Amino acid sequence: MISIFPKKPSSSPSAVRASPAGSGPILSAEKLTVSFDGFTVLDALDFSLDRGEMRFLIGPNGAGKTTLIDVITGKTKPSRGRVIFDGWIDLARRQEHDLVRLGIGRKFQTPSVFGSLSVFQNLEVALGFRSSLGAQLKSLGAQDADRIGATLEQVSLTEQVNQRAGTLSHGQKQWLEIGMLLVQDPKLLLLDEPVAGMTRRERDRTGELLQRIVQDRSVLVVEHDMQFVRQLARKVTVMHMGKVLSEGSMEDVQQDPQVIKAYLGHGKQRPVKAEGEPEPAAGTSSTSLASSHRSSASATA
Amino acid sequence: MIRGLGVLRTFFQPGLRKPWLAQWAFPALALLALLLAPAVLSGFRMGLLGKFMTFAILALSLNLIWGYAGMLSLGHGVFFGLGGYSFAMYLKLEAAGGKLPDFMFWSGLRELPFFWEPFRHPWFALPMIFIIPAALAGGLGYLVFRSRITGVYFALITQALALIVSILFVGQQPYTGGTNGITNFSAIFGFPISRPGTQLALYYVTVAALALTYLLCHWIISSRLGRLLVAMRDDENRVRFSGYNPAILKTLVFTLSAGLAGIAGALFVPQVGIVSPSMMGIVPSVEIAIWVAVGGRGVLMGAVLGAIVVNGAKSLLSESFPDIWQYFLGALFVGAVLVFPGGIMGLFRGEGWRPRWGWLGQVRAALGRKKLADSQQGGMLKVPAPGSTSSPRAEKTRSP
Repeated sequence: MISIFPKKPSSSPSAVRASPAGSGPILSAEKLTVSFDGFTVLDALDFSLDRGEMRFLIGPNGAGKTTLIDVITGKTKPSRGRVIFDGWIDLARRQEHDLVRLGIGRKFQTPSVFGSLSVFQNLEVALGFRSSLGAQLKSLGAQDADRIGATLEQVSLTEQVNQRAGTLSHGQKQWLEIGMLLVQDPKLLLLDEPVAGMTRRERDRTGELLQRIVQDRSVLVVEHDMQFVRQLARKVTVMHMGKVLSEGSMEDVQQDPQVIKAYLGHGKQRPVKAEGEPEPAAGTSSTSLASSHRSSASATA
Repeated sequence: MIRGLGVLRTFFQPGLRKPWLAQWAFPALALLALLLAPAVLSGFRMGLLGKFMTFAILALSLNLIWGYAGMLSLGHGVFFGLGGYSFAMYLKLEAAGGKLPDFMFWSGLRELPFFWEPFRHPWFALPMIFIIPAALAGGLGYLVFRSRITGVYFALITQALALIVSILFVGQQPYTGGTNGITNFSAIFGFPISRPGTQLALYYVTVAALALTYLLCHWIISSRLGRLLVAMRDDENRVRFSGYNPAILKTLVFTLSAGLAGIAGALFVPQVGIVSPSMMGIVPSVEIAIWVAVGGRGVLMGAVLGAIVVNGAKSLLSESFPDIWQYFLGALFVGAVLVFPGGIMGLFRGEGWRPRWGWLGQVRAALGRKKLADSQQGGMLKVPAPGSTSSPRAEKTRSP
C-alpha cells in the first residue's frame, strides 16, 4: 500500500493525549521571527497558549496576527526561533497536512468549503483524513455518520445536510468550515475572523458555539470585532509590529497606555475596524477599540 | 425537441443519491448499442466506431482528472501515444519475424536497439502499455504537484510535454520510425491483423475495455476518493488544511489517468494500423479536451458521448464537406463553451441550453454592472488561479 496518508506514531488522537507532554502549554512560541525580503513581520515574538484556553488575538492591520497563524499551521516557516506544539513537536519541521494530523485545525479568513459537494460530503471529506487510500474507496461506518450528524447539530446545519455547500449563506459557510474542523477533533483550533461578515444573530450563535467547543480544546481566535471579543474573551493578546504589546483581560488591555498609543498611532497604522458592525461613534472616534472602551466606560458610569 | 428531453431530464437530475435505474440506464443502452453495432455496420464503419471507442477511453481518462479533480492536461495525447508505441513495437517485431524492422534498416541500423528487445514478448509489451505512460505521468506529476503548480501553469507544462515528446519521436527516426511512425503490421498474437474476424475481435475487446474503464472510473468517483477529487477541484488549500497531501493524491490520479490513456492508445494501433508522432502533438492533445468539453465535463457518460459524437461528426462532415468541415468543429466547440457549457450531458441534466454568454458576463462584470460570481458559471475553461488561499471559485464550479 502506498502510504498516501502516512501513519505517524502520533496519528491517533488518544496516543497523543497520553503522551508525557500532557501538561504545560499546548503551544509556545519562543523568539519567533519571520521576515519577508528584509521586512520583519514577526519580531522575536514570545507567545504561549494553555490547554483548554480560548485566547483572542487582536491588533492593528499588519501586526502579524495572520502570519503567526500561518507559522503555526506550517504555511510560513520561521526565519528564527521556534514554535513548540503539545510540548514536543517543533512545527517548523512539518508540512501543513502533517500538522492537521497532529491536531491543529485552521479556519481561513474567507470561508473555504467545497462548493460543489453537499454539506454532508464536506464533513465526510474532513472526517476521512485519517483513512488510508484503500479505505477512501469504501464508505464511512455508521459511527462516523453519527459523528457527522452530531457535528451538524453543533453548527446548526442539520436541515442543510443535503444542500450544496456553494449555495449556503455566508454565515452558514463559516459554520460549515468550523464544523469541518470540529469533526476532526483537533487539539488546537485556529480561527481567523470567524464572525466577519455575519449578522448580529449569526454572531451571537457563533459565540455560543465557540464557548461550547472550547470545553475540549484550545482555541486561538483572530478577531477585529471588538464587541464580539468583549463578549467572549477572558484573555486577550494585543499584537503590534510583530510583537506582543499587551496581554490580559479586555479591561486591562484597553487601559494599557501602550495599546491606546498603538491604536491611535501616529496616523500611520490603520485603526482596527469592527467589521459588519455599525460604528455608533465612528464620527467622533478614530478607533473602535477606543470608542467601545469609551462607550463601555460610560455605561459603567 | 428540447421539451422531449424533459422525460430524460428526470433521469439525469444532479442529486445526491440517484436511483439505480437512472444511473445505469443510459450506459447500459449505450453498451447494448455498441455490442449490436457490428451487425448493422459495414466493416469500414465498424472500424471507425472501434477507433472512436478508444478515443472514448482516452476521453474518460482525461475527464477523471479534468472533470473531477480539476487538472486540465493538454498533453494526454502523449500518454495515448506512448501506449500506442509500446504495443506497436511488439506488433512490428512480430511482423518483422525475427529480422530487423524495415524502417530501422532504412535508417542505417544493423542491430535491434536493446530497449526494443523485450518488446518481442507480448507479456512484456502488454503491461508496458500501462506502465510507461503511467511512469512518465507519475514522475512529472510528482515534481509539478509538489511544487504546487496548478491550473493554467499545469496545462502549459503538459502542453510543453506534448510538444517535446512529439519532436523527440520525430527526431529519433532509427528508433521510432520518425514522422511516419510505426506501421505495416501483419499479425496480432498470431492472428492476421487485417482479417475481418480479427478486427471484429478487436472491436469487442475495445467494447470490453471501454466498459471496464467506465466501471473503474465510476467506482472511483462515486467513492469518498471521488469526493476528495472534487474537493481538490473546489479548494485545494482546504484539502491540504484538512490533513491530506494534495501532491500525492493528484499524482496518483494523474498516473492512473495516463495509464488508461496508454491502454486506449494500444487498442487504437491494431485497429488503425499505425502509430505516429502526429497523434502525440499539441493539436490532438487539445482535441481530447474538446471531446470532453462537448460531451460534458464531470460526467462519465459525457466523455464517452463527446468522443464518439465529435469524431463521428468529424468523419461524416469531412466526407460531405471536405473543404470546410473544420469550421463545423470549431463552431461546435464555441457552442459548447458559450451556449451549452454543461456539454451534451448538461443538456440532459437541464444545466443549460439557454446561452449564458459567460464571456459577455465577464465583460459586464469588468464594467461593474454585474457580479462576477453570477457570470462565470458558464466559464468552461476557467482554471483556478494558482496558490490562492481563498476560494471564491468554490461557488462557481458546478456539481459533477
